[in-house]
Amino acid sequence: MANAAEGPAAKGGFRVWLNKRLPVDEFVQNQLVGYYAPKNFNVWYFFGSLALVVFVIQIVTGIFLTMNYKPGALTAFDSVEYIMREVEWGWLIRYMHSTGASMFFIVVYLHMYRALMYGSYKAPRELLWLIGMFTYLALMAEAFFGYVLPWGNMSFWGAQVIVNLFGTIPGIGPGLVEWIRGDYGIADATLNRFFALHVIALPLALALLIVLHLVALRQNGSNNPDGVEIKSKLGANGKPLDGIPFHPYYTLKDLVGIGVFLIGFAIVVFFVPTFGGLFLEKPNFEPANALSTPEHIAPVWYFTPYYAILRAVPDQRLGALLMGLAVLAFLFLPWLDRSPVKSTRYRGWIWKLALAVFTVSFLALMYLGLMPAEGLYVTLARIFTTAYFAFFVLMPFYTRIDPVKAVPERVTYHA
Amino acid sequence: MAEISVTDDQEVDQSRRRFLTAATVATGVVGTGFAITPFIKSWQPSERARALGAPVEVDLTKVEPGQMVIVSWRKQAIYIVHRTPAMVAALPKNDSNLKDPTSADSDQPAYAKNEMRSIKPDYLVLIGICTHLGCLPKQHFERGDAALGADWPGGFFCPCHGSRFDLAGRVMSGSPASKNLRVPPYEFQGDTLVIGVDPQQKGVA
Repeated sequence: MANAAEGPAAKGGFRVWLNKRLPVDEFVQNQLVGYYAPKNFNVWYFFGSLALVVFVIQIVTGIFLTMNYKPGALTAFDSVEYIMREVEWGWLIRYMHSTGASMFFIVVYLHMYRALMYGSYKAPRELLWLIGMFTYLALMAEAFFGYVLPWGNMSFWGAQVIVNLFGTIPGIGPGLVEWIRGDYGIADATLNRFFALHVIALPLALALLIVLHLVALRQNGSNNPDGVEIKSKLGANGKPLDGIPFHPYYTLKDLVGIGVFLIGFAIVVFFVPTFGGLFLEKPNFEPANALSTPEHIAPVWYFTPYYAILRAVPDQRLGALLMGLAVLAFLFLPWLDRSPVKSTRYRGWIWKLALAVFTVSFLALMYLGLMPAEGLYVTLARIFTTAYFAFFVLMPFYTRIDPVKAVPERVTYHA
Repeated sequence: MAEISVTDDQEVDQSRRRFLTAATVATGVVGTGFAITPFIKSWQPSERARALGAPVEVDLTKVEPGQMVIVSWRKQAIYIVHRTPAMVAALPKNDSNLKDPTSADSDQPAYAKNEMRSIKPDYLVLIGICTHLGCLPKQHFERGDAALGADWPGGFFCPCHGSRFDLAGRVMSGSPASKNLRVPPYEFQGDTLVIGVDPQQKGVA
């Protein structure tokens, strides 16, 4: 590699003038070219950069939607229909935004699952994991508020059910619910404040959290499928022997990933934008009606695992509590996991079994949350809820007795 | 550089520094508390929303026995049922199948905390919002309603998550809801039902 700090200086002119005032080359050198990432990344390592791409898509399409969307109980639904039918290319921008929301969660769930498989949350990356989790929480809030904005009947009743969850908090519950709504029911005031949070407050928070996430990532570098710290084996140049410069190697690799992702994204946007009612629910194509509840209320697919847990518990307050804990449980992973080994590759059968049980439980609950809460569905939801929490609660015990294998000194790599 | 250090010739009074730091932080916290109050308060229902939440009047002479009318009070559906004598007489039979037959753990004004959950047995006034997660229970007043089984005593059924309530809005065993349907404050002024006013206080709830 040519020394980037010297290169531009020799050319002179604008670049020298610029770099004296703004450290562009220094930034590129430190953060991209000089930043070494493990050479053994696999397909699971695409989803971080893809999440960033979806974030940009949501910001850009969101800005353009705001130009025609009119928050307000009387105007919101009509303005969305106006965007869909009369604004030139409005349908495309809106479908990109609604598809982007689901894609965001697909990508983020895979990104989180990667961390789970390879122990990326373990020391010294606990804060990186926590910041990522806060990003996920902010994303959940952002998605919920966005879901309310079209003011369809599912928006309205979804908001009703979610806001009422806060009413189960002992003592302050009812007052808190009224404060969140700003009225005695879900109303114009509620929609307007959700709009403000959706377009300003949470995107700002997300942007800040993403920057913090990247800064924390650069402090210790990426983990990898082997869970080996590449910084423990440095070459003569002081760089990790098993690392390669992030740019150009991973920037180009990520570009390929982005290309493949955008093909899938376009297929959904153009051919199945509602994705059979999973991405855009059918009852949401009729306006909000405070006097008519849809026959069957289910949230969008990315919230259904938690919704299934809520409904599985016969006691209302305990159900809301467990639902919250199901989300927050991930925050404690770095401290629940007592295994000396990071990657599942070198862990024993107990961990592999636990991870498999958790994976099946999460996916099963996702399905059950979409189904009506009756009969066998409730029984199954209770079984999988138990398994879901067992994964977390029993983790300090089974990770300690898990028969782990020897971790290699260097990453495994087959060129 | 000029000598501006104070440590050379005099000791730093650490306790004074701690006191000043604590006092500054405390003042800052109180000030922040004052500063954020308007922002937090701005989320409360506005004057207009409160005004629109004024009491609602319903002419009861137009509600036939066995009929239910729905009015909107504070964005909530209010169910007003003119119960027939037969409906009233059947209510005590439900007790064994109810989660909270005496309404001990449910929310209602004191004057509706009785078996009929109403001021006058003939008129049932409920907030038509399921105590589970806020959907609207549907009316199924027929005994043994085809959809709900032969032992159905007549009442309300919530389509969202299957909660069942009897004709006093009391939740039946086996429902996901754990409390009876709420009763709004109301009073009778002759043949007019006023929702949103307590009879004792003569004030807006």
